[in-house]
Order: sequence, then C-alpha cells, then structure tokens
Amino acid sequence: MAGRRKTKIAKRENANRSAYGFLAPYIIAFSVFIIIPIVIAIGLSFTSFNTIETPKFVGFLNYINLLTQDDVFMQKVLPNTIVYALIVGPGGYVLSFLLAWALAQLSSVPRTIFAIVIYSPSITGLTAMTVLWRVIFAGDQLGYLNYYLMKWGILDEPIIWLINANYLLPIMIIIALWSSMGVGFLAMLAGILNADEELYEAAAIDGVKNRFQEMIYITIPTIKPQMLFGAVMAIVNTFSNGAIGVQLSGANPTPNYAGQLMVNHIEDYGFLRYEMGYAAAVSVVLLLIVYVFSKVAKKLFAGD
Amino acid sequence: MARYHGSNINPKKFERSQIKIILAVLPLALFTGLPIVFIVCHAFKPMDELFAYPPKFFVSKPTLDNFIKLFRASQASGIPMSRYVFNSLIVAGVVVIASIFMSTMAGYALSKLKFKLKNTLLEINNMALMFVSVAVMIPRYLVIDFLGIKNTYFAHIFPLLALPVGLFLVKQFIDQIPNALSEAAYLDGASEFTIYRKIIMPLIKPAIATTVILSFQAVWMNVESSNLYVTDDSMKTLAFYMNTLASQNNTVAGQGIAAAASLIMFIPNLLVFIILRKSFMNTMTHSGIK
Repeated sequence: MAGRRKTKIAKRENANRSAYGFLAPYIIAFSVFIIIPIVIAIGLSFTSFNTIETPKFVGFLNYINLLTQDDVFMQKVLPNTIVYALIVGPGGYVLSFLLAWALAQLSSVPRTIFAIVIYSPSITGLTAMTVLWRVIFAGDQLGYLNYYLMKWGILDEPIIWLINANYLLPIMIIIALWSSMGVGFLAMLAGILNADEELYEAAAIDGVKNRFQEMIYITIPTIKPQMLFGAVMAIVNTFSNGAIGVQLSGANPTPNYAGQLMVNHIEDYGFLRYEMGYAAAVSVVLLLIVYVFSKVAKKLFAGD
Repeated sequence: MARYHGSNINPKKFERSQIKIILAVLPLALFTGLPIVFIVCHAFKPMDELFAYPPKFFVSKPTLDNFIKLFRASQASGIPMSRYVFNSLIVAGVVVIASIFMSTMAGYALSKLKFKLKNTLLEINNMALMFVSVAVMIPRYLVIDFLGIKNTYFAHIFPLLALPVGLFLVKQFIDQIPNALSEAAYLDGASEFTIYRKIIMPLIKPAIATTVILSFQAVWMNVESSNLYVTDDSMKTLAFYMNTLASQNNTVAGQGIAAAASLIMFIPNLLVFIILRKSFMNTMTHSGIK
C-alpha cells in the first residue's frame, strides 16, 4: 500500500504534463504582450524605422546618437529622469516604510482609516491627479496656492506654475510623492503586522533601548522580503510615471523640456515623429535602467 | 526610569501611548487626504463657488449641477456616455474574470506541480515584476496591429491579461497551503483540475480578491489602449473620455465638470479596495521576495 502510494505521488511529481495546460493561457498572454514586445524593442533599436518602409539595419547608430547627438536627451530628459527618480523612488519608499512602521503600532480602527487615506492617492488615477493639481497650481489669483502665498505676503503676483520651466519638475515630484504609498506600502505594513510579537519582547530583554534600535535590529530584518517587494514596486512606479508632466502642462514636449521624462521622450519620438527605431533604443535604455536599479535593491535586501 | 518594553505591534485596543503616533502621522495623512477631500468638494460646487474669490476649499451649497452638465456634454458629442460606460464595463469585466483564472491556474501549477521548466518560469516571472509596460508601448502597438485587433475590445483587454505582480502574489499565497491536502485528493483519484477547482480555489479567496483589486485598477484607469490602439471613438473607454473631458475643461467653469468626471473614475476604484482590503492585506503578508 505504502509502495503504491509512493509511486503514484512520484508519478505526479515527475514531469507533470498537466502543468503546461494550467500555465498555457498565462504564458501565451505573457509572451505576446511582454516578452515579444521586449524582443521587438531590442530588435528595432538597431534599425531605422518610420512605420511605413521596412526597418533598415543601422547597427548601434541609434544608441550612439542617443548618447552623443541628442542634446535634449542628455541635457534635459536624462537629468530630469535621474533627479525625479532619485527623489521620488527612495523618498516615496522611505516614507512608505516609516508610515507602515508607525501605523503598525496603532489599533485596528485608526490604523485602517489612516491606511486607506494614505493609500488612496496611489489609486486616484491620471484624470483626478490632473484636475486636482491643475486647480491647486492654477496660474491666476484664483489658483489656491497663488492665493494663499499672496495672502501671506510671500508672493506679490501670481506665478504661472505649470508652464514655468523652473517649477514644473518640482511640482511633478511633489505629486509623485503624494501618490507613492501604493502596493509596496501595504506590503510592508502587512509584513510588520505579521511579525512574531515575541521577537519584540525578546529584543527588549536583550537590551534594545528605543524604537530606533528596534526598527534597525528587529523590524527591518524581519520584513526584508517585503521591503524588497516594496522597493521593486517603488522603482517600477517611479519610472512608469511619465504622463503627469505632459498632462499638467498640456503639451508634449513639456515647456522647455522642463518636465520631460524618458517615457515622454519615447512617446515624442515614437508617436509624434515616427522614429520608431530611435524610440525603441530609448525604451531599451529605460528597461535597462529599471533592471539595474532593481538589482541594486536586491543587493541591499538580499536575505542574509 | 522604566525599562523599554518593546513596541506594541498590532495592539488590541487603543492606548494613550498611541496618541503621539497619531500626531506624527496626522500631517502626512492630511497631505495625502486633503487633496482628495478637495476634489470631492469641488465636484459638488455650484458655479458661483467655483468662481468665488477668495477661493473656497469646502463646498457650502452642494449641488449636482456639475454631474448634470457632464452628462449633457456627452450628449452633445454624438456618442452617449452610456456607450463609454458600457465599453468600460465589458473590458473591465473580461479582464478581471480572465486574470482571476489565468493567474490562479498558473499560480497553482507553479506552486504545487513539478515540471521541467518550473524554476525557469518562476525566475522569468520574478524578473517581469520590474517590467515597465509604458517602455514597450510601440512594440505593443505593432503586435496589436499585426494581430489585426485594432479598434476592437481585444485591444483593450489582451495587453492587461498577464499581470506578473498578480501571479507572483497568488503563487506565494498558494505556497502556504500544505501539499498534503492536494496529495490526499490526488490519491483519491481527483484530477489536477478537480484539485485546483475544489480544493485550491476555495482556500485562496484572499489571493483572488487581490487579483481582482490589481487587475481592476490596471484596467479601469487605463487610457493607453484608447490613446494608441483604438481610433474609433465609439470603441474608447470611460477612462479615456473622462480624461479628455478633464484636459479640455481647463477653464474655471469647466473645473467643476472635470472634478465630477474624476470622481466618477476614482470612486469605483476606492470602493473595490475598501471592500476587499482585508483579503488584500492577508495576501500582502506573503508578498516577500526572497
């Protein structure tokens, strides 16, 4: 009996064909809309392609042009993207962690209310974000920010925030931070809540003296896996979010390229100038940047 | 001086010591929450309050004017708003239901079945967590063009079906169901599909709810497909229409309509999250990448 049991299970555990049946729908969708587009992007990035004629192989020309000829990319888009990503990525992430850590110490009802309030900006969507922030940053004295700054005597006359090249990027960063407490925030909150309470008691007995030490020695090590998940989510969200600058200023390219991020650059070349090969090269660079950042995050939070 | 006793994680009831945490979190909660309160107020403001100087934050005489104007605007444009609502409901419904089955089936196979490519596939899906879909909007456009599904519902639906984050969370959740359960059923002669349907599905309701939240968020707010893959106005979605309306109505008078439009898009998203949040948090506990 025991023997038959074993062979039957062994049969199930060896090369279970039905697995492919279960996986087929997902794998097909995944291949067609994620893998193949990435492969096409890499392929196109070595060509010159205007969507009408067949792509012409040009080797590394697009990449060389991107790095040496494209002043807008090197002087505006890349620095904008880096500044934006370095503030919004780590900033939003640290904020998410600290808030998750603080909320975990509240009892259920206030914690749930706070969690919903803090999470909801990340699901407001582009429409609401655009409307909302355009009203707040409106350029005349009816704009809320202008009104209050003038009332408090900080400004003498209204500033046209959203088409002023000096302010567009900082405003985008504020909005991105506002909406950065998303899935990663909830993952870290769930991770902290699920930790073993005895760990905290034991740590206090072992000489942990304050909340800060406790955070460093207990909380962070126990939720490392969730923190890595949160970090990957933060990186992806940061680089996906490019539409906001174009939406706020109402133009692509944004005024003086002040709010131009890599995603907008791809759209600009791909759908406005139809230089698909070049746009594909920018896409590949973007995917590589995200990959490198995620690798760094993995190094930081690798288990043990 | 009392010794430090360790933080009280997930306390059962409210205590005085929690007040200082609330005070610390409050400013940030105001920063995230007030803009949303503002947009709700703005959507219900009558014309004179929209134009009021000094500008007012709260609404004092709430009215439905903005919503009525919103519906009238769509009548004037030739395509009734009900058409966009219909499109969005179809697209959202199909995406949510299809991704439930796709990610739970794939999650079951990756978690409980043994086969050759398992580790490779897991590795690929974990890599795909960092996939930035806007980076490949052009190749996706070419794929959709090649498949001949431009201007159809499929152009809205297909690109959103494979959701690496959803599969990842579902797989992690199934991992914690003991193997003994499915093995026992297998020995009793149940097929893999019966095990999946009768044993696994009822046990992973929280993971299913999470898939619902994530795929609904992805599809409900999606404007990319209407922007790029659909040129026929009557095939576009509510998200696209609302977004257009919001960006066209840049005047003070239009702000009320735009606020009403964004509220209509935001509320379903928020409700889905609030209703399913417990399951969502339950799944998130297993979200760690090791």
